[in-house]
Amino acid sequence: MSVVTVDGLGLRFGGRVLWEELTFSLERGEFLAVLGPNGTGKTSLLRILLGLLEPSSGHVLVDGRPPADARARIGYVPQQRVFERDVALRARDLVRLGLDGHRWGIGPAGASAKQRIDRALAQVGATPYANASVGRLSGGEQQRIRIAQALVADPALILADEPLLSLDLAYQNVITTLLDERRRTAGTPVVFVTHDINPVLGLVDRVLYLAPGDWAIGAPDDVLTSETLSALYGTDVDVLRVRGRVVVVGTPDDQHVHHVDLVP
Amino acid sequence: MFGQLLAQHFVHTALLAGAVVAVVSGAIGVFVVMRGASFAVHAISELGFTGAAGALLIGLDPVIGMIGGSVAVGGVLGVLSLRGRERDSAIGAVLAFGLGVGVLFLSLYQGYATQATNLLFGSIVGVSDRQLLELAIVSALVLAGLAAVFRPLLFSSVDAEVAAARGVPLRALSIAIFLLLALTTAEAIQVVGVLLVLTLVITPAAAAQRFTARPLLALPLSIAIALVSTEGGILLSLEKSWPTSFFISAISFAFYLVARVVDAARQ
Repeated sequence: MSVVTVDGLGLRFGGRVLWEELTFSLERGEFLAVLGPNGTGKTSLLRILLGLLEPSSGHVLVDGRPPADARARIGYVPQQRVFERDVALRARDLVRLGLDGHRWGIGPAGASAKQRIDRALAQVGATPYANASVGRLSGGEQQRIRIAQALVADPALILADEPLLSLDLAYQNVITTLLDERRRTAGTPVVFVTHDINPVLGLVDRVLYLAPGDWAIGAPDDVLTSETLSALYGTDVDVLRVRGRVVVVGTPDDQHVHHVDLVP
Repeated sequence: MFGQLLAQHFVHTALLAGAVVAVVSGAIGVFVVMRGASFAVHAISELGFTGAAGALLIGLDPVIGMIGGSVAVGGVLGVLSLRGRERDSAIGAVLAFGLGVGVLFLSLYQGYATQATNLLFGSIVGVSDRQLLELAIVSALVLAGLAAVFRPLLFSSVDAEVAAARGVPLRALSIAIFLLLALTTAEAIQVVGVLLVLTLVITPAAAAQRFTARPLLALPLSIAIALVSTEGGILLSLEKSWPTSFFISAISFAFYLVARVVDAARQ
């Protein structure tokens, strides 16, 4: 059984069509990158998979259930966002929220919860700063804790929304390696929304490319080509490979010319 | 003199009322500070003042007006669940107008001005047995409410995006915390007055989170600081006849300064 089934999905905001008839499924252990310019509904797709946004048409199943019933089985990794320096929250408290933060009451953590939290922290190599205040950790360390938070409930699916944004290269590697390990050892598929494919190019099995009003899905070598992207955008787009990196030139959102406003 | 006062019934009532209000203020303060909602507390208390002044004008119990005003503002802020800069300016605008209305009400009111002064600066020694009972009931309700939503409230306060992904109802919690906050504020006004509510709701929690990063430790610590400040303030005002509110704010501020120094020394 596929972990995610997306069938004939359509999304419209007002009169604007983001996509129609979006159909794909995600199998165990798969790494799917969702690419595309701003405003094409990358984050909206994650929100639909979380059951937080109703699609205009089509059906979605996550772990064999409607998305809203599957939330507890989803590990979610957001963009790195700096915590306030003084927040009364340790790294392990943040991880714990991923385990039982949605439950009512105070519920002091029992022995088995503590074990799971410790294991998740160890998995991401964050044991040395498990008891540090999250507000005093670096952005990269915070994002490591985020991975532990997403893994602690033993998810059936991982959704990551631009998790590498504002991280330096070393930490980008740490984060992608952790996600890759998880899908290899536990078979948890990863949906990875990103504006830059290069940090995960070696890991992704398939790319879902969302362009304004159209989409394509397939292996990176099939989707990230001049032909496919030119057809998606309806204009000439060049995909170049430079030293193992993918560079896309000529998309309408690709602004290389900076305007200079002259003040009279 | 001090010993004689300490034997008085009204002093016992004041100490008990202070304790009740300190516990609930210290507890909710932890979440207020986490959510960066200090300014909202100020707005809720000032609009509580407007409600109380309005009640005085039409001959109602000012406490009823105060609770009405606080809860109305708390409800609106909760429903809007604004964030960041937008919230800041919206609160500022509403607060300013509400205070203006309160000034009008007071100028139209022909009764004793002491009642208005008491609202602004607090009147802990004037608490009656019946008021004490009311304070205790409202406090118990607020504490029970906080305990019931503790985990999702913590989650939504520090980590809204992931909380939403886990299905935590952000807006419902925002309404809940602001309503509980409005009730707490209406209580605290009776002890320290409109202008000094922050000294019980914000300062102890702000100090506590500099002492510890553990949420389950910050909570009792904040309560303890609020308690010591309130009881200490009441006792000091028996000894020297300066306003109770001054002593309370001075002690809680001292805790805050010590917390900052300790925190800086640990770095």
